[in-house]
Amino acid sequence: MKTYNYGTAILAAFEYLLDKYPEVFVIGQGLWSPWYVGNSMTDLDKKYGVHRIIDTPVSESACTGAAVGASLSGMRPIVVHPRIDFMLYAMDAVVNQAAKWSHMVGGQAHPAVTIRGIINRGGEQGAQHSQALHSWFAHIPGLRVVMPSTVADARDLLIASVLCDDPVMYIDDRWLYSQIQIDELPNVREIDLRTVGPRCLAVGTDLSIVGSGYSTLLALQARDELAAQGVSAEVVDLRVLNPFDPTAVVESVQKTGRVLVVDGSWRTCGMSAEVIASVVERLEPGELLAAPRRITLPDAPAPTSRVLEKIYYPDFGQVVLAAQALLSRPDTRV
Amino acid sequence: MSNGKESSLGVLVDPSRLRAPLRLSTENLVASRGVLAAMMRIRLAENRLARARRDGFIGGPVHLGVGQEAIAVGVTQHLRPSDRVFGTHRSHSHLLALGSSVHGLFAEVLGKDTGHSRGMGGSMHLWDQSKGFYGSVPIVAGTVALAVGAGLAAKLQKTGDVAVAYMGDGAVEEGVVHESLNLARIQNIPVIFVIENNLFASHMHISIRQPSDATARFAVANDIPAKVIDGNDVIAVAEAAEEAVTRARAGGGPSFIEAVTYRWYGHVDWRDDIDVGVNRSQDDVANWKARDPIARLRAAMVAHGYWSFEKDAELEANLTREVEEAWERAMQDPYPAASSLLDRVYAK
Repeated sequence: MKTYNYGTAILAAFEYLLDKYPEVFVIGQGLWSPWYVGNSMTDLDKKYGVHRIIDTPVSESACTGAAVGASLSGMRPIVVHPRIDFMLYAMDAVVNQAAKWSHMVGGQAHPAVTIRGIINRGGEQGAQHSQALHSWFAHIPGLRVVMPSTVADARDLLIASVLCDDPVMYIDDRWLYSQIQIDELPNVREIDLRTVGPRCLAVGTDLSIVGSGYSTLLALQARDELAAQGVSAEVVDLRVLNPFDPTAVVESVQKTGRVLVVDGSWRTCGMSAEVIASVVERLEPGELLAAPRRITLPDAPAPTSRVLEKIYYPDFGQVVLAAQALLSRPDTRV
Repeated sequence: MSNGKESSLGVLVDPSRLRAPLRLSTENLVASRGVLAAMMRIRLAENRLARARRDGFIGGPVHLGVGQEAIAVGVTQHLRPSDRVFGTHRSHSHLLALGSSVHGLFAEVLGKDTGHSRGMGGSMHLWDQSKGFYGSVPIVAGTVALAVGAGLAAKLQKTGDVAVAYMGDGAVEEGVVHESLNLARIQNIPVIFVIENNLFASHMHISIRQPSDATARFAVANDIPAKVIDGNDVIAVAEAAEEAVTRARAGGGPSFIEAVTYRWYGHVDWRDDIDVGVNRSQDDVANWKARDPIARLRAAMVAHGYWSFEKDAELEANLTREVEEAWERAMQDPYPAASSLLDRVYAK
């Protein structure tokens, strides 16, 4: 057993893939700098060579497109966008090309490309250095969207993403790098991404809190606080947002009767809406003990001022308050 | 140019020039029958599609490249099946020049299960990887970076294969092309950018879209060797392609070929009098038809005593039969099963 945090778990995934699969290469900006991607890619260029770890011109569109083209030619590229905001230049390659390729060519070719988009926000960076666009990507058929929240998933789902034959958006969050405790991980076990979906991380009986990525960490922190108050919260981690399999969430809510969704993207047409709709349409009238609730970003771009930033980003205290509000209604089940 | 600016392309855009039979070497002559047949097959197939679209048999748009056949056929002379070719919205010629079946194209345009893309792509999303055709898409310049990536893969795989990115003159107005040229050069990628400069993007002449009609200026800006040629001269195209392919296979990186041409039909579908509702100059169309790439090759072959109008009539009859049989068969073929709507979104 070796110990990892979120960032070094990602690094371990890169090393595993680059050691074992010659068709894997990495392309993107900042790959030869220790500054851009935290501790998640340290010294890969020195270990595997600059021909496989390609730091690029400031060309998100061409580099992402090139990765798609390489993936159609027998390679398994990983494109790295150190800040997801910048990859909006690459939307044609992701949305028009990679996501639709299999369908457009009758299922005869598949772009096995992984696009790693890093959420890197806070610190008064403002509207264009902060976005979390997983809900957007989850709207696109053909694009798998992976959002690991645990150290084990950070490693194992990156490996699963790269070994998957479909295009995958792998979204990790810099706020998770230091905040999750060091975990001991067993040796890598290759997982078929098609079998991965939302999973219950912590069992409870009074309500279900659903999160993804950093929001799952907030849910777990809130669960501890609620436990001290005698409330038993179950936490479900989405992990794969598209294609979305709501089974684990529905099963949890059927048990607890209450659902609170925490999502780090905007409210309107966001992932939180999809989760709640997917739950509600699968429950019988009366199975819900309270109206579903959600915590999201306010529908505004990220501010720079620290005062506004503090309001903008939800913290676990807000999750606790929302859970308490959910529970204030009496249990009407017989 | 039509706005009064000087053309940078000179005689290449003057359709009253360059109408004479091509100059053929002995080596050209030996290959000429196959080259002629490849161009004629493409033209007959596209004219068949034009009629079928006019008559209502085809539900979706077809972007025809009649008049531009020499470019795809010339480039293809020096490719091998393991090379990686990417196309555009106007790619019937690129596909067929690689030896892909006319029936597969027709079935695809008709949305049939037997089409090259299993009926899921239509005219604008063609695919036949067994022949080296990796795909075409209608997003302008949408495949240019993909071709760079396919070339990058070939470089990493050390196969000596090359990638080809076909695009029109409108594509160089897209930002991704400039990123792609820069990336290809700085990474020394074996990719050949082939610009079919037919002077129009949709209804807009290049003179009202760009400050110069010579798109090769972007290759110069990115330190990529460029050739600007008569795209209606299949020999000139093949020579430029040979140089580019040889350079790429030898590790010399990207090349840029600007082939000047003209499309006989409008931007989309069967009419030759309009481009997306905007009238075309019938004089220009007639003049450019006199610079017919097929007629120029044929006349040269005849002048060398290597070809006759009898042989030509026989070839055309055979190709017409092939095309008609392909069409009839495609018309009878089945449509995709309803399950294919969801089954092909992700890999199995």
